[in-house]
Amino acid sequence: MSSRAQGRRPTGPATYPVRTEEDLLTVRHAVRAATVEVGFGLVDQTRVVTAASELARNAYVHGGGGTVTLEYPRESSGRRGLRLTVMDEGPGIADLDAALTDGFTTGTGLGHGLGGARRLMDEFTVRTGPGEGTVVVATRWTVR
Amino acid sequence: MTGQPQPGVPILRLGDVLVTGLLNELDDRTAIAFTEELTERISAEGARGVLIDISRLEIIDSFVARTLMELTTVARLLGARVIVAGMRPPVAITLVELGIELVGVETALNPEQGMAALGWRQAPQPPEGARRGTAG
Repeated sequence: MSSRAQGRRPTGPATYPVRTEEDLLTVRHAVRAATVEVGFGLVDQTRVVTAASELARNAYVHGGGGTVTLEYPRESSGRRGLRLTVMDEGPGIADLDAALTDGFTTGTGLGHGLGGARRLMDEFTVRTGPGEGTVVVATRWTVR
Repeated sequence: MTGQPQPGVPILRLGDVLVTGLLNELDDRTAIAFTEELTERISAEGARGVLIDISRLEIIDSFVARTLMELTTVARLLGARVIVAGMRPPVAITLVELGIELVGVETALNPEQGMAALGWRQAPQPPEGARRGTAG
C-alpha cells in the first residue's frame, strides 16, 4: 500500500506496473478502491474492475508486461469518472478489428477480453500497431 | 497425504459430493493446482457431484470463466456433476455484458440449493442442547 492510496482522496494519476501475476491482483485492488472513491455503485464497480482485469491481463500475457494508470477526470456537469490507461510495449495487435470481435483469442482467455472490456466501459480507444505496443484508454462515468 | 504442495483451496467431502469454494485472489498457478487437486479427489473418492461456492468472487473475468468451464468439463469426463453456486448479482450482470455464457456450467443461487440439486439431503436438525455452544 502506498501512502497515497491511504489518503482516500484521488488527487492525481497513479501508475501501477504489470509485470507479475501478483501485480494483476494489486491493480485489481487499486481499481476497486478507486471505483469506491469515485462513488460508483456495486455493479459499476464490478464492471470497471472486470474491465481492468481483462486489460491488465492482456498487457501481461500479450504485451509482455506494462503499466496501468488511473486518473479521475471530472466534467463541468459534475460528472465524475475513472479512466484506465493500460500500456504495454509488446508486439502490438496486428488486426485490431479481429481482436475486438468476440471469440478471437491468442492467449489464455476466452477471446472476450478486449471487446468485452469495451462493452463494460463508456469510452474506449485503442492505439496499437505491429512493433508499437498497445495503449488502451477506457473511461467509465458516474450517472451525474 | 501425498506430500505435494497444497493448492490453498480447501476441498471438503460430504458423502459423494466434494464441496469447495474459490477465493477472489485466483491466480493462474492456484487455478491450475486447484483443477489438478479436484480432478484427483473426484477420481480417488468416487465423487459424483462437486459444489463450487463462488460467493467470494468479486469479479469473474474471462480467465476465471475459462477456469470454471474447464473444471466443469474435466469433472464431467470423470462422471461428476459440477454446480457453481452463489454468484453475486453484479458479477452476473457483468458476465453477460462481457459476453461470457459459461457454456455447460450449471449454477445455483446459493450453496444450499446447489447441494439440494446434487441430491445431498440435509440431516435432521440436532437437538437444542447440541447447539448451545453457538454464539448469538
